[in-house]
Amino acid sequence: MNSQIRSLILARLGIAVITLIIVSFIVFAATEMLPGDIAQILLGQAATPEAVAGLREAMGLNDPAFLRFLRWMGGLLQGDLGKSYANNMQVADLIGGRLANTLQLAAVTALFSVPVALFLGITTAMYQGSIYDRAVNFMVIGVISVPEFMIATLAVLVFAVWLQWLPALSFANDVKSFWELLRAYAMPVITLSFVISAQMIRMTRAAVISTLGAPYVEMALLKGASRPRMVLRHALPNAVGPIVNAVALSLSYLLGGVIIVETVFNYPGIAKLMVDAVATRDLPLIQTCAMIFCLGYLILITLADIIAILSNPRLRK
Amino acid sequence: MAISFPTPRRLGYRFNLVGIVSAFVVLAWALIAIFAAWLTPYGPGEVVDFDYFGPISSQFWLGSDYLGRDILSRIIIGTRYTVGISLAAVLIACFTGVVLGMTAAVIGGWFDTILSRFLDALTSIPSKLFGLVVVAGIGSSIPVLIGVLAVIYTPGAYRFARALSVNINTMEYVTVARARGERTLYLIRHEILPNITGPVLADMGLRFVFIVLLLSGLSFLGLGVQPPNSDWGSLVRENIGALSFGAPAVIMPSIAIATLTISVNLLIDNLPVKIRDRSE
Repeated sequence: MNSQIRSLILARLGIAVITLIIVSFIVFAATEMLPGDIAQILLGQAATPEAVAGLREAMGLNDPAFLRFLRWMGGLLQGDLGKSYANNMQVADLIGGRLANTLQLAAVTALFSVPVALFLGITTAMYQGSIYDRAVNFMVIGVISVPEFMIATLAVLVFAVWLQWLPALSFANDVKSFWELLRAYAMPVITLSFVISAQMIRMTRAAVISTLGAPYVEMALLKGASRPRMVLRHALPNAVGPIVNAVALSLSYLLGGVIIVETVFNYPGIAKLMVDAVATRDLPLIQTCAMIFCLGYLILITLADIIAILSNPRLRK
Repeated sequence: MAISFPTPRRLGYRFNLVGIVSAFVVLAWALIAIFAAWLTPYGPGEVVDFDYFGPISSQFWLGSDYLGRDILSRIIIGTRYTVGISLAAVLIACFTGVVLGMTAAVIGGWFDTILSRFLDALTSIPSKLFGLVVVAGIGSSIPVLIGVLAVIYTPGAYRFARALSVNINTMEYVTVARARGERTLYLIRHEILPNITGPVLADMGLRFVFIVLLLSGLSFLGLGVQPPNSDWGSLVRENIGALSFGAPAVIMPSIAIATLTISVNLLIDNLPVKIRDRSE
């Protein structure tokens, strides 16, 4: 790794840190805009003005917003996520198990969809313009142009209502066997896979096709290489960087998809927790969940950029 | 020797069949949104069917919802919210984004750097999450929704317009205009804007689709258009209980969303080359 790559990566990491600070400021500001007095809401209508004033003092609500922002950030950094307004539990305790559930869902989806999407993306680029390519493309455009909840409802209609293979909207909490676990996971995973695969297929196909236009690929064609050989041996190694970049970017669509999917299928993950927190206006919980999501998203897009830097052969001297 | 006349086809203004069909679908939805009040067979809030989640019948063309209200009427009225809010948001987002993008490209320097950095930070918040947090904070109403959607999609419009304008900015005629002593406003309006209009309009169409999808998603989560009004996303949410027996109440609003978004996408994809890639 030479100094140019190192400085580019460091610069990218620096931008990521600055972005994270701006993002945390925006999240804090958005939840600051809540109308009404938090202390009043917590104590209810019957509270005396003295009690409200006391609680305000105790919670530090009288301090300027910037000071509270710093205190909140400091708490986050030390692992103190605050207490939930709704049930006075530590936010960290509420989130722990839920986060593991969501990560599990994301991991299973990624394991399932990345190989499928890469296969479809590369093969459609290989047989560009064929009926197979056009059919896959048509489906990809279809999936990209409809909202995630529609794919979820379609999955339920097909697999639960018409074929009756899988349970409908409920997520079984009492999973006893491996088979039941598989059945419970199937529907959310299928839905999420569709959402992120569509993006991944599109980007992978574009990456391979753009390297197919390079002169050395044309040379391979002139030497008489077969189409699969031309794509797999000559084009693909040079498209690995853009493809990995595309995979990381598509995985960031998981974050948006997971919010809808967990709600539809009642999956006990962190996105469902957050949507429920929005309904009860539980601010510390919303803030923490939002920060977790933004952090995940930022890590994925930063990773995608760093891979793009590393895979650029012009920087490798 | 035959003389070749400049027909639309030769000039690159050819419009293919898929493009025409999708343009008609988009136009139809626009007309439905405008004339919604005269098109509904029943009042959108009126309970007209004794049965809930009724099937498709000659009386109720698209069935009835969980309270026995006519789905067709509710979808027609919902068009106003879905199309109207998205259109307002996309116009604000693209206007702000394009003006800022052109200005940044023309002025350059620190103005460009700071603006780009800030708007990039805004894009690193997942759009659905941003909507969720802000709507949770301020509460949902139609102006808030339009504002939030516009803020979320401004950075994208900015980036697109800036990238196009930076290319135009290096052209000789812009240099000439600069040498003439023209001001920034003139440069933007008379030199840059006419050259990026086509691609910017195409980009606006794609952004409109994203906004429709996000708005539907928010409404589906219960954070979008609030009852008693409902857009297509909230119609799906209201009737999600009908999913397990596949009633039209939950399927039809989804189909409405899909026809709109897919036809806008296809329309943009099949636009005459001259309009879409004017900059090339």
